[in-house]
Amino acid sequence: MRWVTILRDGMVDDSNAGNAMRLDIDGQGVAVRLRQAKPIPLDVTFNCQKGEMLALVGPSGSGKTTVLRSIVGLHQSEQGFVKCQEELWQDSSAGHFLAAHQRKVGMVFQNYALFPHLTAIQNVQESLAHLPKQAGSEYAKEILSRVHLSGLEDRYPKTLSGGQQQRVAVARALAREPKVLLLDEPFSAVDQVTRRRLYRELAELRRTLSMPIILVTHDLEEATLLADKLCILHKGVTLQTGTPLDVAAHPVSATVARLMDQQNLFVAHVVSHNPQAQKTLIRWRGVVLEANYQPDYLPGVKVCWMIQSANVLLHRRHRPSNGERENPLSGIVASYTVLSEYAIAQIACDAPENVVITMTLPIHVARRNDLGQGEQVKISLLAEGIHLMPFEKLRGDKSINVD
Amino acid sequence: MDWEALLLSMKLSGCTVLVLLPIGLLTGRWLAYHHFYGKSAVQALLAIPLVLPPTVLGYYLLISLGNATVLGRFLERWLGHTLVFSFEGLVVASILFNLPFAIQPIQRAFEAIPRELREAGACCAMTPAKVFWRIELPLSWPGIVSAVVLTFAHTLGEFGVVLMVGGSIPGETKTIAIAIYDRVQAFDNGAAASMSAVLLVFSLVTIALSYAVGDYTKRRYG
Repeated sequence: MRWVTILRDGMVDDSNAGNAMRLDIDGQGVAVRLRQAKPIPLDVTFNCQKGEMLALVGPSGSGKTTVLRSIVGLHQSEQGFVKCQEELWQDSSAGHFLAAHQRKVGMVFQNYALFPHLTAIQNVQESLAHLPKQAGSEYAKEILSRVHLSGLEDRYPKTLSGGQQQRVAVARALAREPKVLLLDEPFSAVDQVTRRRLYRELAELRRTLSMPIILVTHDLEEATLLADKLCILHKGVTLQTGTPLDVAAHPVSATVARLMDQQNLFVAHVVSHNPQAQKTLIRWRGVVLEANYQPDYLPGVKVCWMIQSANVLLHRRHRPSNGERENPLSGIVASYTVLSEYAIAQIACDAPENVVITMTLPIHVARRNDLGQGEQVKISLLAEGIHLMPFEKLRGDKSINVD
Repeated sequence: MDWEALLLSMKLSGCTVLVLLPIGLLTGRWLAYHHFYGKSAVQALLAIPLVLPPTVLGYYLLISLGNATVLGRFLERWLGHTLVFSFEGLVVASILFNLPFAIQPIQRAFEAIPRELREAGACCAMTPAKVFWRIELPLSWPGIVSAVVLTFAHTLGEFGVVLMVGGSIPGETKTIAIAIYDRVQAFDNGAAASMSAVLLVFSLVTIALSYAVGDYTKRRYG
């Protein structure tokens, strides 16, 4: 496997741009690298392997759709390299660019973009123009049955429900046997119940597909649920790519942590490292916390740190504490919300002051401990879960003097 | 009832539509999908017949196509006769005068097609030409019908331009609208009434047809 950090003339990978991600251009999946200044700035690098689903996640306006359109061939970025399963689709350094109709892509548009003047089966057949008519019609029928639309072949799009329209769009995208399947916010136009059903169907369908799949979404939960890999896009720049669990637990920066909806994000100073115990000590507003060993950050250096809400533990309230817990803190439950399977509690700490820590816990644990607003509680921050990141100014953080 | 005049009007309308349809398709689609410097100016120029008094347009045509200008003399040498006071001259005038009636409905129809539909076509391996035939034309159909109907009916009833450029030569430039005026001048109200009624009914039927086409497609595809 050949890894490149420099991609022909003019596409030097400048790691100080914060985007030192490498591109594997010999892989079997899709390799994408895009750079442009206009109309929106882009600095994007990612790979998606065969059979893998990569979710391109970011707030609206982050450039997700432009990236997708570049892969399809509907947008030509100033500098770009797009290779898909051995086929070179764009290489701006060689002046090479294939138009959309020359690329074997399957695209599901945000509002499905079904041809309104054609029936469901005719919509699918439009992708099968390379087959003889009879074979095309039979194959279209077969694909429609794969997405559970048998019997609705002759219906016009407007007479189909949102979920059914989405299935026609998926069938049309798959009919061409594409080398990459692209899904642009495919669940945004249907209601919650339909969405959950479509999630299941997509997960099922995926097992039968061998091409790379790229899902564009602004919904983190959706991305985490469906995708093998997340690629975090912010202001046109890919900040991090990794498994959903890894990106959530180990974001490369506070920006990524915030984009991953991380609640417990703070600033501290590194105190010391203890390689024997595999621990790093940090001082946070006068309180010293024990974190996992992270020697990349030198003692004295200012860092951002975070802990996932599931790594905040509640001490059992009706038993004496044995006092040997990791990073013990006490406080008052400032807010308490019960969702279907778990509860979210925000703890206003006694020390350090003016700090709120968010924790999630299974509903039965919350009940057994009589958790509720205004209750005094003791909690532990698991050292394992404390993750350090380079310092950057946090929005809404009023205190400059953090420790 | 001046059948010769009615037939001439039909011929004039038919010729105008035949020439204007491809022009309208190309220009309408171009204006719908392209943005360029000076687009507003081009659109304003094309829309001018909507607001210009027909006699004004007729006057300029009479001057520029007559043998007092280089263009007029060139055309006269090329065609063997002058364009003014001839059927060909009327066709040229009608084409210019009907530009907005042909282009605007077609432009609106192409504009109304969501961009994603054309892109979806490309994602189905359709070449741009195929996208035009398979997606754009079927979806802009009502607009094209409307352009044809408007151009045809409007040419049929055109008076000012025809009178200025063509005069009133029977069988050559005397259209039905001129014939009606002619009959009224001669106090032949009976003939004027029957010809007016024919025009009225014809206009109603064609416009109703174009609305029906629009409604049908909307009901069917939404």
